Amino acid sequence: MSTPQKGSRKGGGEQADKYTEFVSRGLGRDLAKRLGLPQPAILRRYEPGAPLVEGPILVLGHGTGADAVAAVLLEWDQDVRRHATPKEKLGAIVVVLDELAHPDQLSAPIRELGASVRDLAKNARVVSISRPALIEDAPEVAAARNGVDGVVRSLAKELRAGATANGILLANGIPAESASAMAALRFFLSGRSAFIDGQFLTASSTGTGTDGSQPQHDWAKPLEGRVAVVTGAARGIGAAIARTLARDGATVIVVDVPAAGDHLAQVANEIHGTALQLDITVTEAGARILDHAAQRYGRLDIVVHNAGITRDKLLANMDAARWDSVIAVNIASQLRMNKAFLASSHFTQNPRIISVASTSGIAGNRGQTNYAASKAGVMGMVRSTAPLLAAKGGTVNAVAPGFIETDMTAKIPFATREVARRLNSLQQGGKPGDVAEAIAFFASEAASGVTANVLRVCGQNLVGQ
Amino acid sequence: MSSTTAPFLPTNGIRKAVIVGGNRIPFARTGGAYAHSSNQDMLTAALDGLVARFGLQDQEIGEVAAGAVLKHSRDFNLTREAVLGSALSATTPAYDLQQACATGMEAVIGLSNKIKLGQIDSAIAGGVDSASDAPIAVSEGLRAILLDLNRAKTVPDKLKILSRIRPKDLSPDAPNTGEPRTGLSMGEHQALTTAQWKISREAQDQLALASHKNLAAAYDRHFFDDLITPFRGLSRDSNLRADSTLEKLASLKPVFGRNLGNAATMTAGNSTPLTDGASTVLLASEEWAQANELPMLANVVDGEAAAVDFVHGKDGLLMAPAFAVPRMLARNGLTLADIDFFEIHEAFAGTVLSTLAAWEDEEFGKTRLGLDGAFGSIDRAKLNVNGSSLAAGHPFAATGGRLVATLAKMLHERGHVDGRPARGLISVCAAGGQGVVALLEAR
Repeated sequence: MSTPQKGSRKGGGEQADKYTEFVSRGLGRDLAKRLGLPQPAILRRYEPGAPLVEGPILVLGHGTGADAVAAVLLEWDQDVRRHATPKEKLGAIVVVLDELAHPDQLSAPIRELGASVRDLAKNARVVSISRPALIEDAPEVAAARNGVDGVVRSLAKELRAGATANGILLANGIPAESASAMAALRFFLSGRSAFIDGQFLTASSTGTGTDGSQPQHDWAKPLEGRVAVVTGAARGIGAAIARTLARDGATVIVVDVPAAGDHLAQVANEIHGTALQLDITVTEAGARILDHAAQRYGRLDIVVHNAGITRDKLLANMDAARWDSVIAVNIASQLRMNKAFLASSHFTQNPRIISVASTSGIAGNRGQTNYAASKAGVMGMVRSTAPLLAAKGGTVNAVAPGFIETDMTAKIPFATREVARRLNSLQQGGKPGDVAEAIAFFASEAASGVTANVLRVCGQNLVGQ
Repeated sequence: MSSTTAPFLPTNGIRKAVIVGGNRIPFARTGGAYAHSSNQDMLTAALDGLVARFGLQDQEIGEVAAGAVLKHSRDFNLTREAVLGSALSATTPAYDLQQACATGMEAVIGLSNKIKLGQIDSAIAGGVDSASDAPIAVSEGLRAILLDLNRAKTVPDKLKILSRIRPKDLSPDAPNTGEPRTGLSMGEHQALTTAQWKISREAQDQLALASHKNLAAAYDRHFFDDLITPFRGLSRDSNLRADSTLEKLASLKPVFGRNLGNAATMTAGNSTPLTDGASTVLLASEEWAQANELPMLANVVDGEAAAVDFVHGKDGLLMAPAFAVPRMLARNGLTLADIDFFEIHEAFAGTVLSTLAAWEDEEFGKTRLGLDGAFGSIDRAKLNVNGSSLAAGHPFAATGGRLVATLAKMLHERGHVDGRPARGLISVCAAGGQGVVALLEAR
């Protein structure tokens, strides 16, 4: 028997969905195998104190970059292998391909990777480290670099049992072991990236301090001392973001419309934050948030634009109210608030902006022209806001969730929902916390060289990139 | 947060008590959204919303004082139980108090005085009432029999006592708003006062309409965003009728004073309905507010209680504030003209208008207040500018907290008037011929 804790609230959707539970053991597992039914794994999700990876990490690649990455992993007290031992279960494989110059050079390291795929443990990780193909690259260099994209996305679809494959792209001149790349590597290796599959993060600068030193990080409390605001935080993904940022050490201001204030107060009390009831579409919304943050905490460091609405209708039937309200809440409000934040003297210490976009904004979705316009708009905004924040030593990124198990998606009819949640490489819906982990990564000091990214948290949904 | 002990005696004279902010749940007409919510549920929700707004989780507050007018005997420690169920530290002391409809006001004044004296650094004043979940008592006859039964030791004795029960003993004794000494309801009392001061039906309806319009406008400009936290699906006061008109109000039949014939002017539209709800106000010393980086909206400058002899004297049941306000303002060297906002609780439109009429009456000023003439009149544009009880409703003990938090925010928004801090006055009438008033000053 457990005693109910004051102010505690059962986290919605903390367990795997019923089908995933059924096929993960005993009769259900045998049945699913025989019938060829999807067999989603129970994913390894981050918990404070858990090991970074469960098992040894094999580092492939023969350049200085690979050696340096292996050295960093050793510094993190990981069990590192430079050569595979047949039959030994691996927690992760890191393939360092930063010196690729011709597609012919893919063969050796990728086949070496292939030889070890069968030795991957459950919920293992494959992470590539390479460079993005750019217009100014020589054609063979660009071909080789872009080839990695195809490898990672395909391998992600081949992996089973909760294992994922993701990649890190190093901007030219950035060494493989740079702080920002290593922060991304650590994120991909950990349980924080459980529902991210077949995706790439770009490290656009080294992320080291101005004196070239490697910043010291408290990996358990990466947001200690930081002040964050999360909009739309009364429930679902927003509440999960608030909880995750608070778990990582941030002081969180939770914002939602006044009508959601009771749920908002519960979240605030649970995470020892403050509740700010505010309609983000009002002109002074940015100023209200800044006033609250300045009054209570003297600063604002992290802004998470999560609030969003859907008003679905086929375009032929779309009325002005549906179109305009979605644009007003999902993108116009963010643009207006960002102007206020960027102009504020309280938002200057390595500031972070993270927006919640959507896979609808990438792949499009029937009945969501308005929503997709707003979410694709968010991605456009993020890319061109990056230089404005860079001037202040800050970053701006977006996270694009796919099918996430929330109160909202629970309302989708059973059959549609069941299909939707299996339509990705991990064959299951994500948790609100999966989106939150990606946001917490972008918010962390370690990710200071990671900006203008749009990271999908979708289990490698079959549509879009 | 309050780990430092307040000095027992202020070394530097009396300290200031400041209002940091407030939180209430929307008020609901009785039998509505909160029909199945207890006083403890509502007070806890109001406290938790306040904690969330100001980040007071697990903080030890100097003292919490609140009360309810309609109270179950099991709720003898209502406020302490609400604190224990809230997100506040369990080491926060609390006490219940009750002064009828002035309960919330008295909680604010009493706790402010403790802060001023340096006995505590922080406090939460509150009030709650449910007319939906009101206690129902057994009849006096049955109660006497049940108590005897409890004392009886043998089965034959018990049976003998039980045989005393008669059918009439079984009808329950529901609470009512009747005055014990006159048997008249509050509405009937006010009907007499309204007629005594010759307050017209039109004037009452106009005041009621203004209350609804002002409250609706305040919601529309997001004034209540940081004063209210929704509860049980309600995010606005359910009594609010934003589309009310004078015509609609004029069409209502009188419900009080019907024996007065043509002088019957009080309807359901210009009287407050029975309401459920709860409110809280966070009070602090300047030092505590600053140390915790909390806003300071207004100072609690002064408070005053008064009572009238409505049983034998000539004053109406709800006229005590007409005496309390002149006394308090005189003590502070102020007149009505020095006040920028008036919050006069609208128990009935007639109560507000009778009070204003008394203050404007030369005879009343001379003979009852001992002045040279009339006490004075007020600029109606300064009266209940964000609506009051006629629109919001009136959960008895919760009204004081609503008024104090609302006025404090208004004063803070106004800031200064003619180079001095804006001033606001609150006046609340109460059963038993009582009234409690307070003076606030902007920060």
